[in-house]
Amino acid sequence: MSRISKVFEKEKVFIAFITGGDPNIETSYELIRTMAASGADIIEIGIPFSDPIAEGPVIQEASLRALNAGTTTDLLFDMVKRLREEIDTPLVFMTYANPIYVYGTERFMEKCADSGIDGVIVPDVPFEEKGELGDQCRECGVDLISMIAPTSKKRIEMIAKEAEGFIYCVSSLGVTGVRSEIDTDIGTMIKHVKAVTDIPCAVGFGIATPEQAEKMAMVSDGAIVGSAIVKLVAEHGKDAVSYVADYVKSMKAGVMRA
Amino acid sequence: METGRFGEYGGQYVPETLMNAVHELEEAYEKYKKDPEFNRELEDLMKNYAGRPSLLYYAEKMTEDLGGAKIYLKREDLNHTGSHKINNVLGQVLLAKKMGKTRVIAETGAGQHGVATATAAALMGMDCEIFMGKEDTERQALNVFRMELLGAKVHPVMTGTMTLKDAVNETMREWTSRMNDTLYVLGSVMGPHPFPMIVRDFQSVISKESRMQILEAEGKLPDAVVACVGGGSNAMGSFYEYIKDENVQLIGCEAAGLGVDNEKNAATIANGSVGIFHGMKSLFCQDEYGQIAPVYSISAGLDYPGIGPEHAMLNETGRAVYVPVTDEEAVGAFEYLSRTEGIIPAIESAHAVAHVMKIAGNMDKDQIIIATISGRGDKDVAAIARYRGVEIYE
Repeated sequence: MSRISKVFEKEKVFIAFITGGDPNIETSYELIRTMAASGADIIEIGIPFSDPIAEGPVIQEASLRALNAGTTTDLLFDMVKRLREEIDTPLVFMTYANPIYVYGTERFMEKCADSGIDGVIVPDVPFEEKGELGDQCRECGVDLISMIAPTSKKRIEMIAKEAEGFIYCVSSLGVTGVRSEIDTDIGTMIKHVKAVTDIPCAVGFGIATPEQAEKMAMVSDGAIVGSAIVKLVAEHGKDAVSYVADYVKSMKAGVMRA
Repeated sequence: METGRFGEYGGQYVPETLMNAVHELEEAYEKYKKDPEFNRELEDLMKNYAGRPSLLYYAEKMTEDLGGAKIYLKREDLNHTGSHKINNVLGQVLLAKKMGKTRVIAETGAGQHGVATATAAALMGMDCEIFMGKEDTERQALNVFRMELLGAKVHPVMTGTMTLKDAVNETMREWTSRMNDTLYVLGSVMGPHPFPMIVRDFQSVISKESRMQILEAEGKLPDAVVACVGGGSNAMGSFYEYIKDENVQLIGCEAAGLGVDNEKNAATIANGSVGIFHGMKSLFCQDEYGQIAPVYSISAGLDYPGIGPEHAMLNETGRAVYVPVTDEEAVGAFEYLSRTEGIIPAIESAHAVAHVMKIAGNMDKDQIIIATISGRGDKDVAAIARYRGVEIYE
């Protein structure tokens, strides 16, 4: 059983995202350690990409800040390696097809396994295109996290059958970012998944408050939050660590109430 | 369902949210391309609205001046809205209408595709929103007003390099948020399948016509077909019907900006490498970590860091060759064609003219070149004046 699967065994999970290298590698390192200590069950690290088409303005800007600060895929692998000496929390890379492909899919996945990355999320690689990526992930024991969206409908069964780690349920149409309301019938989406497999499902896109996290965790196995955390980093920069710690605690508490 | 590959290139690299939308488009296109009523309507629009067929014009003075091959110009600049973009847009907007969509969205670089989309949307009674890089809205301010005049809403894109690539990003994002009533009308032979195929099919009218026209005029096929390449839609349309004619050389001219060795260029074949971006596996200007490079060209329409997947394949197999043309050469050709033939070409098309100027003199007099004038140059006059140090603003 993978490290990711294990965390879903005991309770509802809270998954926290930050863009790696925003505003710099050292702050990311501290943020990840602190989030792990504050109750984040899984941490997603975004490898910044110049053109993140699935992201809203908050994460777009964070990607740009990280790239301007000189962040590279190699520097993030080094950071993960250092983190692994201190934390056991599952770590997942979230990036786009191109940074992985150009790095060399095989080399990328070997480095993931070597540095201690447990899974990857690649939003512009849908089920039909996951061939080579999926093969290399399996080879290296890295979970390829699948996404389902409100538009997936009949595709859910096919996706769920081959899913690994957990399923990332996209709560809403559009790109990442805080939303005041999520009106998709998440419960039904997840029922479709569970009819095929018992893989855990976590909901992301648009979640910002403990109340939203609680509501989403009631119909799923956990909540994923990115933009709301990245916003704190944008506001407080290198001093964001304590703000993020308090926020993560409140969100984990929200999830636990579900 | 097949995922539209050209060799290893192409594919459908889009977020899960969009997968059913691209499949819906694929199914609709397969259905309507065989539908006699759809084809009748499209043919009628092409003839009576766009003004097709476009002329294949024998450029006699240019031929004499360069002293070699006979030069013919395929005059896409004479189409309604002034460029080849209308060919694709009439097809896609008509398709959108048949699919029951009420709103179209599109990216634009120079503004030609945006103007064409706004035009077709006005004609067919659709809502229209155009995404255009902030820098391009400034370079092509007149086209922004033109689109608004046609009833479209223009969104200046402030992210990234604020040019064509960012406009594509933003249009993709918009489509992800609203696809029930909306079709993304992509302007080039790029993006996820089925766009490269659909745009190629609608643009292939260029080579269908030119092949018949040259056979009628000369009784034989051309030796070379030359067209400019950004994403590559006019080139793909200009090449397509000749791909099977192995003796016809196909030459794409990419924007080399200040030179292929200078970092300010947009020459994807010369400088790019294989990657996955904007929904497709193809060639891109990028760094060792797969970050897409900021590219540059004097021509907003060629200022794009990638190339359509079918071009990537034609390049790999050697069926087509791709050559770099600098800003300076393109501006020279812009002025040359204006003076010599009384035709002011788009600065994009001037890249093709510049290459013709390089090769025609070394060819025999019984050889033939067809160069596609993909658009008219009125939109570029002020920018070229400024390039020459004359401070004119639109």
